Amino acid sequence: MKPKSRKVSQHVTQNEALIFEKSSPGKKAYRLPPLDVPDVDAGKLLGEQVREDLGLMPEVSEIEIIRHFTRLSTWNYAIDLGMYPLGSCTMKYNARVNEFVARLEGLGNSHPYQPEKISQGALRIMKTLSECLCEITGMDVITLQPAAGAHGEFTGILLMRAHHESKGNPRKKIIIPDSAHGTNPATAAICGYEIINLKSSAEGMVDVSLLASLVDDTVAGMMLTNPSTIGVFEKDIHRIADLLHDKGALLYMDGANMNALVGKTRPGDFGVDVMHLNLHKTFSTPHGGGGPGSGPVACKKLLEPFLPAPVVTTRADGRLGFEYNRPQSIGRVRAFYGNFGMFVRALAYIFANGPDGLRQTTEDAVLNANYIRKKLDGIYDLPYKTGSMHEVVFSDRLQTQNGVKTGDIAKRLIDYGFHPYTTSFPLIVPGALMIEPTESESKEELDLFVDAMKSIAREVEEDPQLVISAPHDTRVARMDETTAARKPVLRWKPEQTNEARQSPKPELVETR
Amino acid sequence: MRYLPKSPADRELMLEEIGVRSVDEFFKAIPGEYRLNRDLKVPRQMAESEIIDYFRDRSQENAAGYSVFLGAGAYHHYRPVIIDALVQRGEFLTSYTPYQAEISQGTLQAIFEFQTMICELTGMDIANASMYDGSTGAAEAILMAMRVTGRDQSVIARTVHPEYREVIHTYLHHRGMPMHFVGYAEDSGEVDLDQLERAVTEQTACVLIQSPNFFGSIEDVEAAAEMAHRKGALLVVSIGEALSLGIVKPPAAADIVSMEAQSFGVPLGFGGPYDGVLAAKEKYVRQMPGRLVGETKDRNGKRGYVLTLSTREQHIRREKATSNICTNQALVALMSTIYMDVYGREGLKDLAKQNLAKAHYAVGEFARRARVLFPRGKRFNEFVVQTKEDPHAINDRLLEKKIIGGFALEKFYPELGNAALWCCTEMNSRAQIDAAIEAVQG
Repeated sequence: MKPKSRKVSQHVTQNEALIFEKSSPGKKAYRLPPLDVPDVDAGKLLGEQVREDLGLMPEVSEIEIIRHFTRLSTWNYAIDLGMYPLGSCTMKYNARVNEFVARLEGLGNSHPYQPEKISQGALRIMKTLSECLCEITGMDVITLQPAAGAHGEFTGILLMRAHHESKGNPRKKIIIPDSAHGTNPATAAICGYEIINLKSSAEGMVDVSLLASLVDDTVAGMMLTNPSTIGVFEKDIHRIADLLHDKGALLYMDGANMNALVGKTRPGDFGVDVMHLNLHKTFSTPHGGGGPGSGPVACKKLLEPFLPAPVVTTRADGRLGFEYNRPQSIGRVRAFYGNFGMFVRALAYIFANGPDGLRQTTEDAVLNANYIRKKLDGIYDLPYKTGSMHEVVFSDRLQTQNGVKTGDIAKRLIDYGFHPYTTSFPLIVPGALMIEPTESESKEELDLFVDAMKSIAREVEEDPQLVISAPHDTRVARMDETTAARKPVLRWKPEQTNEARQSPKPELVETR
Repeated sequence: MRYLPKSPADRELMLEEIGVRSVDEFFKAIPGEYRLNRDLKVPRQMAESEIIDYFRDRSQENAAGYSVFLGAGAYHHYRPVIIDALVQRGEFLTSYTPYQAEISQGTLQAIFEFQTMICELTGMDIANASMYDGSTGAAEAILMAMRVTGRDQSVIARTVHPEYREVIHTYLHHRGMPMHFVGYAEDSGEVDLDQLERAVTEQTACVLIQSPNFFGSIEDVEAAAEMAHRKGALLVVSIGEALSLGIVKPPAAADIVSMEAQSFGVPLGFGGPYDGVLAAKEKYVRQMPGRLVGETKDRNGKRGYVLTLSTREQHIRREKATSNICTNQALVALMSTIYMDVYGREGLKDLAKQNLAKAHYAVGEFARRARVLFPRGKRFNEFVVQTKEDPHAINDRLLEKKIIGGFALEKFYPELGNAALWCCTEMNSRAQIDAAIEAVQG
């Protein structure tokens, strides 16, 4: 049932089959220029290695491709359509100028192995971005090589490991709060560490006395998200750092929530030794439906010898270059230099903001989260009363009395024209609703969101089934995920065509 | 600040409704001594035109308009304009990972099509929704083989991209997982199969080869597979030049294929973002890292797509996950998907054949003035040229003609002396090839 919402109204969308179902021999979307060297007989050159046939690869025309992907695109929700309050994901505006400059010929089309003397522009961008990110984090040095946040965690923990190894012992354990993102324990495990799960305090924060009892000289370090995943600043952060440092352990900060801190405080100043940034969160590079990301790792001077090679360096003649000779380096974590295209976009974002804009951005992000908190407190249960920064975490405790869970409320939000918030995370809040509005929302959009959330809370009271069966206005209803996992169909095969064409009846647009 | 949609009055009103006097109250949890009471030392706020000017200047300090003969894991192919037109639609560009299937069917269906085409091209049964790039994908493939076999050693050809080998080393060595490196045959540049056979033991989790390999030689995948399988190990094939699959037999005898699909419509972009792909035999699906999209039906029986088998992943399994990977390269994979649609079944073959012809022509011409190594090897679009002169000196001369010459191999293969790896694609005209060869002294 369609909600009464000022945000959305019905519009027609196009149906579209799989590209393979539109394929037909002889259709083409390309034309090659004439070959200007003698043609070859592939069979003769390659012998038994030659390939004769490309199987089910499609044959379609250009207009069909344009329509195919344009139609598919309209089935997606996006930041460009409206508020995308996914907690911990920082779905902020992705400026188009970033896309424009990343595609300039000399940047978009340069080969990673072209000589340094004709790569000075790219190197300058890497150096300038590195300097900006070090200043923003309060760190001494940085590597831009990691391709994503989790890849940054991997790099950071290896730096930590290399530091301990240089002192004769890599140590055995990493302490991770139970509120942490799943990548943290997964990272520590692939770096060969045992994970000590740190139970959060009653306020949802690091239990400092419990931590003190756990830190000894077998602990390599701690992975901490600050602000925490419930959006709260760890006020005892320096005591936490001191406890670790006293035993020779290091403090790693997961920078996922850096959008709460930029321009207001710096991790390097409050005791963090090493951290990653998510350029696709805090620095506005687009999420693109799941990636690419970029996860630079910034650290203190003591970890510099271990940074992945190469690092950007200034040569005697003032030119920039790559320095490969780093005997203590943990090694490469990725071929070439990382996701360079994301460096361009992130630097364009920093330039567009400047120091005043970066600070205002942080303040607005925090203001927006607190506004939502104020407006929805009491309507949804607020399990932790500690002050929120850039995100607020409610629970579904009040709604479960009517049998409605956070996942249902999230799905109902879709009918109101919003992307759901993050559900069921962090794990320390049963039935969590994790809401991060970012700075990119106007007061009007926030008010629409608040109205939608209030309206859903009323529906939970009056007609819980309406919420439980949501969404009602999407192209597809809730999907059968159980069958998808039990009998995985991970690729198209021709025999499915007939079934697919027969079983679901041709869709008719319902008129309302 | 032009990205922020609030007026000063809006902010005042919001603060009032919250019941605080100033935004600073929200930052009180930060101990005073750590609050930043100054401006960050970053460049001042710029107008859009100034940002464009800055990057245009940097772009001009970088090579543009050169004829490129570099390959070595990053290939210069033509990119149809519809790729950027489509991937810049906000619905693709500014959406998150498609966890909410009902409002993400566009991304999900596109990934499902991507997975299907990767299977068709590689000869594998399943493919994931993409990895960071070819180097990390190869490392993940080895870790996957270790989970499948319960063994922890790997045998790796020296003809695998040197930077991929460095990444693999980073992933494995600190956990004490032994790596054995195997050389190449001098006449063909292919992995030395005798050495390989001796290196594989009952402790070997997998053999990793690349095909076409770093020298451009196409490997005998079936022979390598047989040697691996005889000892109960898996064969992982890394593919650096995806376009080769248009004309070279797919590595169907492999158990896992790790591919860099940058050649499929992804800009060179100074090394990234690129498009890692992992494909495998179906029986290994539960050890596959990364996201997978599956077909299913909704409550009303309508066909649709979802992220599936997520119990392998870190957000569910935490420290027991198959990998810590979280983001993928969805937007770049979309570029590749569109590219594969544009060229399709016939075009990929035609285009690959043009590459083959260009490289074949260049090899013939180079052979008049220098030594083209590995003559017995079958090649796609790359080959190794050994010269009397240092390749760096040749490349310096070429730069004056706006030509970027081959990749000097001395750093990674000192035994080859003055050798360079050259690549010819459809982007290199005959005139450019001739001009490049002219600079090589006999």
